[in-house]
Amino acid sequence: MTVLRIENLGISFGGVNALAGVGFTVRRGDIFAVIGPNGAGKTTLFNVVSGIYTPKTGRILLGDKDVTGLPPHQLARLGLSRTFQNLQIFFRMSAVENVMVGRHLHENRNVLAHFFTLPSVLRQNKTTREKSEDLLALVGLRDYADRSAGALPYGALKRLEIARALATEPHVLLLDEPAAGCNPVETEEIDVVIQKIAASGVTVVLVEHDMRLVMKISSRIHVLDQGHTLAEGDASEIRNNPAVIAAYLGAQGVTEVRRARG
Amino acid sequence: MIVVAIALVVLLLPLILPSSFYYRVLALVFINALAVVGLNLLMGFAGQVSLGHAGFFGIGAYSVALGPTYLGIPSWAALIGGTMLSALIAFVVGRPILKLKGYYLAVATLGMGLLISMVFTNEAGVTGGPNGMPVPRLQLFGWRVFGSQTWYWISGISLIIGAWVAVNLIASPTGRAFRAIHDSETAARVLGIDVARYKLLAFVLSAIYAAVAGSYFSLFDGFVTPNTASFLLSIEFVVMAVLGGLGSILGSVVGAAILVMLPQVLTVFHDYEHIVLGLILIVFLIFLPSGIVPAIATRFGRRTT
Repeated sequence: MTVLRIENLGISFGGVNALAGVGFTVRRGDIFAVIGPNGAGKTTLFNVVSGIYTPKTGRILLGDKDVTGLPPHQLARLGLSRTFQNLQIFFRMSAVENVMVGRHLHENRNVLAHFFTLPSVLRQNKTTREKSEDLLALVGLRDYADRSAGALPYGALKRLEIARALATEPHVLLLDEPAAGCNPVETEEIDVVIQKIAASGVTVVLVEHDMRLVMKISSRIHVLDQGHTLAEGDASEIRNNPAVIAAYLGAQGVTEVRRARG
Repeated sequence: MIVVAIALVVLLLPLILPSSFYYRVLALVFINALAVVGLNLLMGFAGQVSLGHAGFFGIGAYSVALGPTYLGIPSWAALIGGTMLSALIAFVVGRPILKLKGYYLAVATLGMGLLISMVFTNEAGVTGGPNGMPVPRLQLFGWRVFGSQTWYWISGISLIIGAWVAVNLIASPTGRAFRAIHDSETAARVLGIDVARYKLLAFVLSAIYAAVAGSYFSLFDGFVTPNTASFLLSIEFVVMAVLGGLGSILGSVVGAAILVMLPQVLTVFHDYEHIVLGLILIVFLIFLPSGIVPAIATRFGRRTT
């Protein structure tokens, strides 16, 4: 079943085509990786899909609903959430409060009840906190719950963003370089977390530079280069695709790789 | 916790207050604190600056003068009407200007405040212009409300309620949405928070606090001038909020207390009063940049709201 479909997506900034004619289909339960050299347009793609930018051409379908140009908070309502490559943490809040913000859409948002802290608000705060603690446990941050987010190490913040995005109960989760800047141990932890998320039925789309991680966990890989689709396939197809190797290593690289493989 | 502390102060202070003068000063502290608690919701929690909040204070202040004088409505109805008018103006003006950020928002709110104050100054035929106008006494059930002690209790209890509502709000999903917007609008949006709506809510709420405080102020004083809507007062509110600690409700009360009471104490310096006041504020902000209450809280290893 298709959960996310991108058709002919294009956007340009000051005459530069950051994306042109990009299209792909993500099926339910996929771990779908988008890779490409620096400047290929991966983060731009995420910003368009999550509603931060409006595309110049093309359509985005979430399920069978056309969501092109919808603002992020409405996309969240429809079950799309994401994390950020350059962290967007609520630094003045504790770790658990960061995740609690993610429960926003599942809470009663009647301001009048909030003014007077009705018992229902207290009960709701309690369930929100419990759910958030569970999510922190899922990403291995249960012990950090009441620490100020500003005091957490980088790798922990990456996982905190994942927990926070999961709190919205998304159908589709976009992870923008979840392992960037993480050491091998942290990368391993994130790898486990992503597989757990996928196993729970959430479709994961990720942008990642760590090729070992991508090759290991992705069910499909989509390769971008200079804003265009270069290739798509499973891990072994992509690994052996000369165009992909050329994009990463240059034409010379293709012969190098061939020689290296004997 | 914080509300209980504020309530205890309001309830117990009269035991040691020697004269009506002290009631007067404290009533002014509470009235200013009420406005600052509201401003703190906007600035300290939702992270949106306003340099025009005296405009809303002024609308509240003039509504209880103009309403009874020209429309013959009772003062309490004028207070409610003025508060609603403030909320409406905040709603209408807030929509476009809250799209601005940082310095641009500061300038836009400043302009809004100046415009409101100009209306009160220039419509001299109605408002008495720069000379101001008398404010009829508040009457409740045939009881004429006046005097420093009476206003001590009215403003004190209102402050307790205002602080209670603010503290409640902060601990609710609405408060979390405010704080999220403060730290990262992008992340807040992606998590489903309607950022424009919550910014507007914070702006309208803070305008309501300011308008009620303004009405109290001019009812208490019995006279209103355009100073109640002046740019200088807007700045004073911001200074109170920053000095006490942005993001701390108790801080708003402490900030208001210091800025209202310090000039009274500093009268001993006669002509140098303002210089000393300025110096004290600078020293405070150099050594306690996060504000007085958060700085003390950090020292004792506690987080406060």
